[in-house]
Amino acid sequence: MAASANTPQSNNLPEPVPRPPMDFTTRGMRWNNAWRNGVNYAVSGAAILATVLVIAPLIAILVYLIYKGATSLNVAFFTNVPAPVGQPGGGMANSIVGSGIILALASAMGVPIGIAAGVYLAEYGSGTFLGNAVRFTADVLNGVPSIVMGISVFALLVQGRHFSAYAGGVALAIMMIPTITRTTEEMLATVPHSIREAALGLGVPKWRTTISVALRTASPGIITGCMLAFARVAGETAPLLFTALGNQFWSLKLNEPIGALPLQIYVYATSPYDEWHRLAWAGALVLIVMIMVSVTLVRIFANRGAIRGGN
Amino acid sequence: MDWERENNFCMTANDAVNTPNTIPRQTTPSNFVSAAPAAPETPETGPSPIRQFLSKRGSGKLADGTFSAVMLLCACSIFAIVIFIAVILVLRSKLSLVQFGFKFFTGSSWDPVSGDFGALPFIVGTLETSLLALLMAVPLALGVAIFLTELCPRALRSPISFLTELLAAIPSVVYGLWAVFVLVPLMRDTLGPFLVKYLGWTKLFDGPNFGVGLLSASIILAIMILPIISSLTRDIMLAVPSNQREAMLALGATRWEMIRTGVLRNARIGIVGAVILGLGRALGETMAVTMVIGNSPTISKSLFAPGYTLASVIANEFAEASGSLYTSALIEIGLALFLVTIVVNGVARLLVWAVTRGAPGRVA
Repeated sequence: MAASANTPQSNNLPEPVPRPPMDFTTRGMRWNNAWRNGVNYAVSGAAILATVLVIAPLIAILVYLIYKGATSLNVAFFTNVPAPVGQPGGGMANSIVGSGIILALASAMGVPIGIAAGVYLAEYGSGTFLGNAVRFTADVLNGVPSIVMGISVFALLVQGRHFSAYAGGVALAIMMIPTITRTTEEMLATVPHSIREAALGLGVPKWRTTISVALRTASPGIITGCMLAFARVAGETAPLLFTALGNQFWSLKLNEPIGALPLQIYVYATSPYDEWHRLAWAGALVLIVMIMVSVTLVRIFANRGAIRGGN
Repeated sequence: MDWERENNFCMTANDAVNTPNTIPRQTTPSNFVSAAPAAPETPETGPSPIRQFLSKRGSGKLADGTFSAVMLLCACSIFAIVIFIAVILVLRSKLSLVQFGFKFFTGSSWDPVSGDFGALPFIVGTLETSLLALLMAVPLALGVAIFLTELCPRALRSPISFLTELLAAIPSVVYGLWAVFVLVPLMRDTLGPFLVKYLGWTKLFDGPNFGVGLLSASIILAIMILPIISSLTRDIMLAVPSNQREAMLALGATRWEMIRTGVLRNARIGIVGAVILGLGRALGETMAVTMVIGNSPTISKSLFAPGYTLASVIANEFAEASGSLYTSALIEIGLALFLVTIVVNGVARLLVWAVTRGAPGRVA
């Protein structure tokens, strides 16, 4: 302040009166600062405490699950079908295979439709009313409870006929579509326009540009999205309750009730038998390992698939 | 095609630039106009080999049209799914819609034997558990988001957000399994007596404590919606421009004052959206709640009492429902759940969108 007032440029201006330096050491000021710092530390501490409180149940759940699951997992779990009540042994072989079949059906239906809808949103419908409406509907559909999917598919495919693996697959596919659509759209939006323009400039038709250039560039991210959707529906129980129903016996028929891992865990967990509780823990461990492996893969994919260079 | 549109745009822009020039100066524009059509003229030597090749190859208009039509069809299938769910739920619940009308949502007796259905106990149970879960989850989620965006050392940020996302990936049955075998005994033997001893005067913890009940269901719901709310809130707080933070710090604010006035105040609409989104998830959560809520269609004041939610009554009774009135009453409950979650999610998405619209898209 004082230095600038003495510079030659300001000699035709009236000389400003130098302000006395502010006194930061009054009692009120000190008290105020102490209070502000105290609040700051208190809130920071609360935030750290909250994080610990959130992480703790996760650790508790995981540790307990691994402990209970690992002690009750054996080879029979993977090779046998469920034993009748009261008999020891038995496994969930049919449920593991059944889950695989239902998820394959769901992916076969959900992945192409989801990706195509995402392509529409990113390449054709961006900024249009229809595009925004589809995006909004997908977001809303994402939040519809899974049990509602279950009863609507029941009403369409099961009522009057019988429970089937198809119906389970349709219910899960409906749940996969919105997630895949939104991820595909977001990933396509990160593909630089110059790449598309280069392809179009070479005379490549738009459909070919979309498939071989845009989708190809965004493919790591899109695979990530599909895996996330897959991991999410792999653990779903509610939509399968009235569609696939579950099965205690070996069945590979697509139009018959079929076993599924989450369903079997639910049935066993709510049963009164200790032997079944043991199997439920083993099943939960298998399910969670499956899901965690895919989520971790997704993490690696997502980090590697980041597209360099923007618009 | 895009380049044509751009080309047209360039032409109109040129026109707009040239027209004002015609008024002050008379000679130049006439020269310019006469020169303009001459520029694109090509020598009359017939189409070039490339052009011949391209015209033989066809324009690809048919393939392009088919492709975009298929994409459009798939996009519209999302509409179709939502409409189909609504229509089929209305059709199949017609019986109970006609018989009970609006009384369905105010009646509190649920008696399949005499065919008297009222959904009030389930509505109350759903609201009670969801709101209680939000009450527990929101402060914690905000704390986690603040820690992750503002306080956390960079090295810790990624592992912690990974852990919270892992928490979101655990299936609902596994949470239920854990709740049945760990949370319920804990509630019965340790947490319940503690609450009765210190908070018994609120009359919220009266009656016998079996471990299963509204409070256990709320706790497991809170654990389940925490990761959703905290990761959305984190995204929204990251979308706040950092000059807001820098400005606050430059004015001498402490870190908390910076977070409160610089970040939270800017992000509040989005945070409300994230909370509502968590509410939507809590309202529809089925399996874990069904496993610990006790499943009894009664309305009671105590948080230890067993209850029922809209989703868990469907999960529990739908497979065994006998008689078309019983089934259609359960489907009507599904319809109510569908409509409520559509509205809740719609509002929440609009709020989140309003804030993060400019932020870059991200995955996982």
